[in-house]
Amino acid sequence: MLSRISAILLLSLTLVSQGEAVLTIDITEGTEGAVSIAVVPFEWSGKTAPPVSLANIVAADLHRSGYFSPFPERDMVARPHDFKQVNFGTWRAANVDYLVAGRLQSLGDGTYQVQFQLMDVLKGTQLAGYSIRSRESDLRRTAHQMSDIIYKAITGKPGAFDTRIAYVTVTKKGKQGNVYQLAVADADGYNEQVIYESTQPLMSPDWAPDGNHVVYVSFARGRSEIYIQNIFTRKTERVADFKGLNSAPEYSPDGKRLALTLSKDGNPEVYIMDIASKRLQRITRNSAIDTEPTWMPDGKSIVFTSDRGGSPQLYQVSISNNGASGRPRRLTYEGNYNARPTVSPDGRNIAMVHREQGKFRIALLELNTGRFRVITDSRLDESPSFAPNGSMIIYATEDNYRGVLAAVSVDGRAQQKLRLKSGDVREPSWSSFKAH
Amino acid sequence: MPKFITTLFVIGMVASLAACSGLKPVEKGKGTGEAAGEKQQGDARYGAEAGGPLDIKQLDNPDSLLSVRVIYFDLDSSQVSDEGREVLSTHAQFLSAHPELKVVLEGHTDERGTREYNLALGERRAKAVQQLMLLQGVSEDQIQVISFGEERPVALDHDEAAWKLNRRVEILYSGIQ
Repeated sequence: MLSRISAILLLSLTLVSQGEAVLTIDITEGTEGAVSIAVVPFEWSGKTAPPVSLANIVAADLHRSGYFSPFPERDMVARPHDFKQVNFGTWRAANVDYLVAGRLQSLGDGTYQVQFQLMDVLKGTQLAGYSIRSRESDLRRTAHQMSDIIYKAITGKPGAFDTRIAYVTVTKKGKQGNVYQLAVADADGYNEQVIYESTQPLMSPDWAPDGNHVVYVSFARGRSEIYIQNIFTRKTERVADFKGLNSAPEYSPDGKRLALTLSKDGNPEVYIMDIASKRLQRITRNSAIDTEPTWMPDGKSIVFTSDRGGSPQLYQVSISNNGASGRPRRLTYEGNYNARPTVSPDGRNIAMVHREQGKFRIALLELNTGRFRVITDSRLDESPSFAPNGSMIIYATEDNYRGVLAAVSVDGRAQQKLRLKSGDVREPSWSSFKAH
Repeated sequence: MPKFITTLFVIGMVASLAACSGLKPVEKGKGTGEAAGEKQQGDARYGAEAGGPLDIKQLDNPDSLLSVRVIYFDLDSSQVSDEGREVLSTHAQFLSAHPELKVVLEGHTDERGTREYNLALGERRAKAVQQLMLLQGVSEDQIQVISFGEERPVALDHDEAAWKLNRRVEILYSGIQ
């Protein structure tokens, strides 16, 4: 489906203004039938330039979703700032479906007042109107919250713009080897913060549902061990350092447990750890590799990768208070490599890494119908992670032999790439709605 | 008994090489000072005397199979090849003769496939080597297994040639070099 290349590079947003936007986003796949929305630059009465361009941030957010096509600012014949100033006829003539207009005001004490209205151009009505007070450092976040409000008002579904991503970066430092960093950033790549750095490999980050913690695997002490870190206080706790592998941690939906892989009993098996007590429950029992556990949203079963059938495939097993209940059930049969599952927030789809003709791509399995479809088209796609609203999947891929992140809408309509200025970026994990 | 046959085999292979002179002095491993005095104690130690095929100095002899410290694997596989078995047996013999030495078996994979599965696959490769070494008389406390999965490639290209070099188990002697 994605082999057709429609409207490459509709918009290229290079994020440079704060000197800390390290990820650059290119929208690489067009959005046929996208809804036209005009986000008019906000009224600003200050003598110097406004601290942020709210309209640009909102337009970029909406564009990335794949559902919207922002109306170019240079084509705007009018610049209304509220409902009363709008002449709907001129916007209708320009085929604009929705209009966003508003004001940004400095309140003098370092805080700002943001007001905006969302209007349905065809009907000539207001769909939403908000007034938000914000500190300067929170203005970008306020813009993302506006995007969420607009997205919800038009599509009926929650937006995921005011969320964050965690990822691993690798940069070469001369002959000293690599520097591995664990970073968190806003979903649009801004406000990157490095929360952990090491000269040893670093992998498998996963956000806690509370949005305050990240769990990951570090080789800092010479082998794979699992750590939980508070992203604000940076406080770190080593939670698994058993003999053998300590790998593939993933938070349970309630945030109280981890599913993880340990080989302390001989070969890789899936376990559940109660984080507070560190008590372990063994889930799998098989001489094959069992790893990459992920939770169903109801917390009642686990999907994992196992090569017990000869090649890596996905299995699902119910869990009870005593560990596994019942035998694991095989879920995938397409091809001979399906691994690293992740379940959509509504529990209906499983995204995974699928190999076809030697190439690794992201595929989706619809659990109700068994429908299986490959939704990406390069050769080293891995580590898929769903946006908390289920609309998009972020994953790692390569571009000119460099590791980059890419996002694809679940319907395959919109695609974008997020890259570093130098070095590789990989293993993205999208936060819950609560992160910040 | 299989141990004895392997010993002969290895000795046959390295006997001619052991005659080579001009070995560079190497940093001695722990306990090597006593090795010559203890050599009478058992068959496993046969050849461990100075200049013998299992002399600790052979580790640095580029003509000895002991200088080969990497065993390669096929795609998706943790099966040790015939070539790999030869390398492994030489080290197993050497380690049996030097119970004071320890090795880390470091398992690696190429970049294809998922990272966490590859971490497990790297461990499976290292354990396959470990298992064969144990069968050949190396004691369990001489071997430590660590997997790095695809995180530490030696070849950085993204093609068959690089992948082939990256699917490996490295035999790392501790306390030496």
